[in-house]
Amino acid sequence: MLDRTPANTLPHAPGVGYKPQHYNAIMADPGPVRWLEVHAENYMGAGGRPIAQLRHLAERFPVSVHGVGLSIGGEGRLDPDHLARLRHLCDWLQPASFSEHLAWSTHDRAFLNDLLPLPYTDATLTRVADHIDELQEAIARPMLLENPSSYLAFAESTLEETDFLAEISRRTGCGLLLDVNNVFVSATNLGFSPQGYIDAFPLDRVGEIHLAGHDTDEDDHGRPLLIDSHGREVDEPVWALLDYTLARSGPRATLIEWDNDVPDWPALAGEATRAATALTKVPA
Amino acid sequence: MSRQSEFRRAILDPARPVPPDLLDGRNGSAGWRFSVYRNNVTLSLTEALEQTFPVIRKLIGPQAFATVAGAYLRAHPPTSPVLSRYGAEFPDYLARFKPLAQLGYLPDTARLERALVDSYHAADATPVDPAIFARTAPEDLPRLHLRLAPAARLLCSPWPIHGIWRFNTEEGAPQPPHHAQDVLVTRPEYDPLPRLLPPGGAAFLAAIAADAPLGTAMDRATETSPDFDLSTLLGLLLQDNAIADATLDMAP
Repeated sequence: MLDRTPANTLPHAPGVGYKPQHYNAIMADPGPVRWLEVHAENYMGAGGRPIAQLRHLAERFPVSVHGVGLSIGGEGRLDPDHLARLRHLCDWLQPASFSEHLAWSTHDRAFLNDLLPLPYTDATLTRVADHIDELQEAIARPMLLENPSSYLAFAESTLEETDFLAEISRRTGCGLLLDVNNVFVSATNLGFSPQGYIDAFPLDRVGEIHLAGHDTDEDDHGRPLLIDSHGREVDEPVWALLDYTLARSGPRATLIEWDNDVPDWPALAGEATRAATALTKVPA
Repeated sequence: MSRQSEFRRAILDPARPVPPDLLDGRNGSAGWRFSVYRNNVTLSLTEALEQTFPVIRKLIGPQAFATVAGAYLRAHPPTSPVLSRYGAEFPDYLARFKPLAQLGYLPDTARLERALVDSYHAADATPVDPAIFARTAPEDLPRLHLRLAPAARLLCSPWPIHGIWRFNTEEGAPQPPHHAQDVLVTRPEYDPLPRLLPPGGAAFLAAIAADAPLGTAMDRATETSPDFDLSTLLGLLLQDNAIADATLDMAP
């Protein structure tokens, strides 16, 4: 187990998920944005523009590396090649934070490119904790583990998600990444109180907060089914849930994710400005 | 069967029933909620293929592309989370995909697109100092070994792949010709370029890539094309930073 200090040095300020089309705008005037997050898997080539841009960005901004493909919740062992790629990236970039998901994406050699759910049991808890120990060993730093967005639940689950995450953090020393949009999406889809989830969440372990937009669909019973699409503005109830969270956690590094139908820089910077306003309302 | 085996099968094969014992959080069955994962996987992997093969998509249209991409991703799901590498077998798959079999130029066009993405992510290299050619005594030139930049990719095709690529990516580009074309993908800085090779150029570059010295490569080129003009091709390679190193073979 690695040490239990919060797993990153990100400023308690707004950041955005970096998109290459915003490179010139960010370098000219980042506005309220104080740090950037990149998806690890987009920077695993040998060279070229992606790596060069990331080097330049890292000279100006703290960078958070966000993995989307390690499959920490997978039933099989972690992919040693992918662990080596993550270690290489962390070694040369020395990011201010590294985070990954409570989810799986690879099984039987197929990478499915989605954050798939797992049941919460003693057995899955042990497996996830072992994988996090292995990852933290490989990258020689503590990580942040992100809560998922859920569309369904497993009959065999015996633990609440918040208890599962708290115990993982306790066993491995990892910090947590609290995605407030995911909380709202899961709460709507599974019929629980998002505020109750925040109340039960180990907020002292939170090193970063995520915000994103979601789409609205319907389930078979005509109830709203929210889809974590990252393709639009953050929804009003999610901003309210951010205020609720920050009032209890204190200020945290807060990220806007907008991965699909990516807008022009001013629209993304506008969302970051709103996050900055939410952060200034919070006593330090 | 394990949970994740059930999920993997049901996600990749929509004809299968959804896995059992999935709930909606209110003690009801999850119903068709599982289809969110099927949709996410199909759409995100189709998008990954669209990003690497935009010309193929333009040539066959978005509907046909979605069909062949859907079939491909079920037969060949990615084996790595680094999606810029996804689609290595897509050109071969297009060649075997019966509904598109009459479009014989698709596989090589797809190989060119795959090569452009590989080139984009390839390692950087400091280009050779062009003065090396002036400094080398004329009688030593045949013994010079050139090393191509890691971002260079050679493609030989019986189809006019360069013309097809240009026609579908450049405003006002001419109709593709009716003859074979060989291409060298170069990366002068960060943006890969498909360069049309003159007759003999591919034979020359294939020999260079196999570490043959300049003299042998020249022989290969002139065997194919007696009029092969080394200085024009060398000029292009230097202009595009496609030569990473040039060393004199000291062996007799």
